[in-house]
Amino acid sequence: MDWEGIFGGMSSASFFNFSFMGKYGGYILQALGYTLLLAVVSVLLAIIPALVLAIMRLSKNKIVRTISGAYIAIFRSTPLLVQLSIIYFGLFGAVRIPNTWQLFGFIPLSRFIPGVVALALNSSAYVAEIFRGGILAVDIGQTEAARSLGLPAWPAMRMVVLPQAIKNVLPALANEIITMVKESSICSTLGMAELMFAAKTVAGSTYITLAPYTIVAVIYFCINYPASKAIEAIERRMRRGDRK
Amino acid sequence: METGNEIIRVEGVTKEYNGGAVKALTGCNLTVQKGEVIAIIGASGSGKSTLLRCLNMLEEPTSGHIYFHGVDLADPKVDLNLHRRKMGMVFQHFNLFPHKTVMQNITLAPVFLKLKTKADAEAKASQLLKRIGLADKANEYPNMLSGGQKQRIAIVRALAMEPEVMLFDEPTSALDPEMVGEVLDLMRDLARGGMTMVVVTHEMGFAREVANRVIFMGDGKPMEEGTPDAIFNHPQSDRLRDFLSKVL
Repeated sequence: MDWEGIFGGMSSASFFNFSFMGKYGGYILQALGYTLLLAVVSVLLAIIPALVLAIMRLSKNKIVRTISGAYIAIFRSTPLLVQLSIIYFGLFGAVRIPNTWQLFGFIPLSRFIPGVVALALNSSAYVAEIFRGGILAVDIGQTEAARSLGLPAWPAMRMVVLPQAIKNVLPALANEIITMVKESSICSTLGMAELMFAAKTVAGSTYITLAPYTIVAVIYFCINYPASKAIEAIERRMRRGDRK
Repeated sequence: METGNEIIRVEGVTKEYNGGAVKALTGCNLTVQKGEVIAIIGASGSGKSTLLRCLNMLEEPTSGHIYFHGVDLADPKVDLNLHRRKMGMVFQHFNLFPHKTVMQNITLAPVFLKLKTKADAEAKASQLLKRIGLADKANEYPNMLSGGQKQRIAIVRALAMEPEVMLFDEPTSALDPEMVGEVLDLMRDLARGGMTMVVVTHEMGFAREVANRVIFMGDGKPMEEGTPDAIFNHPQSDRLRDFLSKVL
């Protein structure tokens, strides 16, 4: 496609001056991969800590409950950008990852890992609340039946409650990935070459100030909107299954 | 602490909610002998379900003792899981595991707790299902069953643990009227087979016919108890007479 020929005559401040796409299209596509990887890996990494936090939150032991509650409160009540900066400069200032380690040849681990860790720690606070809600939504009679058969607390949770809770929380978990696709744009501030960073880079090097952001917005939308609609459809079908 | 055939002894059990604002049990004493069928009756809110749920500590008493073969279950140091195995419980709302098949519902606990091998547990489950005429439902999920079938399978699930006593918490209250009979029939069978049973129930006919002993709960404790004949034909207190006049 002749991007230069079609859009070349437009103003550099135009919403639709996509003349850069011929040269930078591949770069932006690569950045999309970076964004998706950040989002998916973060939420996947968040699942286990979130489960632990949720179960701690529901514990009878007040200290255990408080520790989990404090973690969730801190990560939900401070900005992600602040958390990311503290983790990047603080934690990974101490633990250095060699610059030469790369993922798929274009993702330097020295930036990717701190980004993923920060997003995962943040996400685990939100996912923990999702799990907590999912566990509480399972009828208490299920736990009582399992315990009355002599099953200890954790096996009752693992074999009876969690399988039912997981089904309840899958849509919310998928929504968390969508949130992370958007939130991960914050990693651009620390030089991670995801979508937002790509837009800034293209704008800086081509002097086309607006259109790179338009195209990135369109990409975010085209990922998230269909995904959220698909989740809604799945949720509707699951509700129909429950009513039976 | 154990005398003869005594299985459970409840001593001075109280249960309060909201820091004493609600007193569900106000000092209950009760013994359950081996082979006894005890029916607990009373108005709603009289504490009968709470008392039953205290027997296997699903409800923790605020004070008092619950001895099961002489071991005080209210003692926090006691491993409840070991004792609960021996006390089968049947709930008003069945509480079958919806994500497990009928067979898995029945074999889950005995296999996990290593009381039986999977093969033995399944053989036992098949035998029990056959006995209640539901052998063909072994691989169905609970949502495919009627209320009466669910409750009978819940009873079988408890029986699969080979309990010494069965606790029934209003087992027919959530059933459509035409399904009450099949559940009561199964319970009657169990009673005839010598199973020790404590049944919280609104089915006065069942209490009168099957129970050896009927306990009338009022104000959070057993108010009057005796044989079905004594309770239903010769009630002593006004409260019991009043209750019977409403339910009979």
